[in-house]
Amino acid sequence: MGKYILKRTLNSLITVVIVFVSVFMLLRLMPLSGYFPQEMLKETDEATRMSYLRNQGLLDHPVVQLGRFVANLFQGDLGRSLTVYPKVPISTLLAEKIPITAAFGFSSMLLGIVLGLSLGLLMVRFKDRWGDRLGTGYILIVRAIPNLIYLFFIQVWVSLWLDLPMVFDKDIPSSWILPVICLALGSIAWYALWLRRFMVDEENRDYVKFALVKGLPKKQVWKRHVFKNAIIPLVIYLPSDLLFIISGSLVIESLYSIPGTGGLLTTAIKSQDNNLVQVIVLMYAILSVIGVFLGDLLVAAVDPRIKLTEEA
Amino acid sequence: MENMQNTKSSRTLNPLKFRAAVFDNMLSEDTGYSNYSYWRSTIRTFFKNKAVLALVILISLIIIMSFVYPLVSPVDPNKVSLFPLEWNNRPNSEHWFGTDTLGRDIWTRAWYGVRNSFLLALCIAISDVGIGMIVGAIWGYNKKLDPIMIEIYNVITNIPSTVYLVLLAYIMNTSYLTLFISMASRGWIVEARFFRNRILSIRDSEYNVASRCLGTPMRRIATKNIIPHIISLIIMEAALCIPYSIGSEVFLGFVGVGLPVDAITLGNIVNQGRASFTLHPYQMLLPTIILCIITVAFYVIGNKFADASDPRNHV
Repeated sequence: MGKYILKRTLNSLITVVIVFVSVFMLLRLMPLSGYFPQEMLKETDEATRMSYLRNQGLLDHPVVQLGRFVANLFQGDLGRSLTVYPKVPISTLLAEKIPITAAFGFSSMLLGIVLGLSLGLLMVRFKDRWGDRLGTGYILIVRAIPNLIYLFFIQVWVSLWLDLPMVFDKDIPSSWILPVICLALGSIAWYALWLRRFMVDEENRDYVKFALVKGLPKKQVWKRHVFKNAIIPLVIYLPSDLLFIISGSLVIESLYSIPGTGGLLTTAIKSQDNNLVQVIVLMYAILSVIGVFLGDLLVAAVDPRIKLTEEA
Repeated sequence: MENMQNTKSSRTLNPLKFRAAVFDNMLSEDTGYSNYSYWRSTIRTFFKNKAVLALVILISLIIIMSFVYPLVSPVDPNKVSLFPLEWNNRPNSEHWFGTDTLGRDIWTRAWYGVRNSFLLALCIAISDVGIGMIVGAIWGYNKKLDPIMIEIYNVITNIPSTVYLVLLAYIMNTSYLTLFISMASRGWIVEARFFRNRILSIRDSEYNVASRCLGTPMRRIATKNIIPHIISLIIMEAALCIPYSIGSEVFLGFVGVGLPVDAITLGNIVNQGRASFTLHPYQMLLPTIILCIITVAFYVIGNKFADASDPRNHV
């Protein structure tokens, strides 16, 4: 077990390093003029811009820059934002934005699990009847139509219909309702879809037929055997989902003007804020390998048939 | 006891009704033959659902229309009107779905958009599924590749595709090609992993192990047992790839890293319509409806085809 964890950690570390170094080097391929907004390009002359870049250390060889970043990282310094929030330390920036996004993400994740599993159970309970058709229709809409479109109509129409605020304001509690529901729509569909599929698979297994033939009450078979076995393939994604609630949703945060992390990465890439991009990419890569690892550990903990070995 | 006697007597056949057949050497050598063809059954099961049939017809009509209309229509989708009176026209007899903020005809633009978006999505689907299938097949048959392929998978899925997109946009100008490369850059490895898992499970499934034990030549196993499975998976994955690609195009347009605004795609038209939605809601109507029909239709077709291609669902 200890050996397994050590090997996994080493493997994950390699992945993180490759991801980080390749993104770091790719970012250094961008043109130098990209570090300045349009108006600044007009106002300043070449010499000022070069001296600014030299001060920021952006003219050094990429490998030197990488070494400096890593050295600073071990002292807990993530660097400062270049263009999106000029000169603001990235750690302050993240500390400001992550709690907001995490609050939305966590509440919508809870909502998604509760409603998604209930919808999935409802669909299995009324398989091939109205409950199932209703759920299938919902899943179809959420998964097939680009989310931007239905999220936009929810923002415009549902907010009018229910008289809810159209933009987020952290002093108005009711402005939390729509974004949280919108964030949960996708995960509700996901949980319902897979729970239904796995439960239908499980329901046709021999051991279920045997349990019913033996005379166990149907309710008990479903609760103790079918549901438990069907939920295991879903559990593996739980840690990743939990860790990635801090990444937020770009579409929802920009529709409702939530000052979270959702659009941060894309904005940073677009305005060539390399310092910010590399920190966010590093953070997401670490979270992603940790999430996968914890998912495997969790499955091994809940499913006695699965043992973590070096083979796996 | 009496009961048993009864059943016993009823089992002896009535000679008036039945007669023993004469032994026929030809008939005794006759072997069983089932008229089962995998593809015929798949297609029959697929079209048995009338809703699916209707969707297939509808989507074919839309796609044919989107290719034929630009060829026959004299209206230029990029023709900007200089007269403010022709801007933001509500739907009328001349402009069936109105005009947009620059006086361009929405009906015409919608069909050009469907054509361009569909072609882009189709290219992405072909590249993702094509490369993914080949890599997946090699991966599935060579267990030694596992560590390196998993590493490649982890690295590629962890690099945000916006990074490639913005970088490519600097190297060459934003165009359909840059969008295609950046969208296709990660899809193939996801598909490869999917195909690898499926090929592995098909290869090691009991009926194939049995075939191998019975001495079936590899060529026959490949053509009869493995390829039909893979082809149905390819069609299903390609169909599901299309709504996904159209969705990403809409998303990238929303973020502002997609195609330049003068490119006519469904993503751009919908995003432009969204911007003027509060004042002129009709501008978003037609493009959004067509986009939803296309994505829903391909999603349903992909899933129903997956069901139909499973021999267990064949009657």
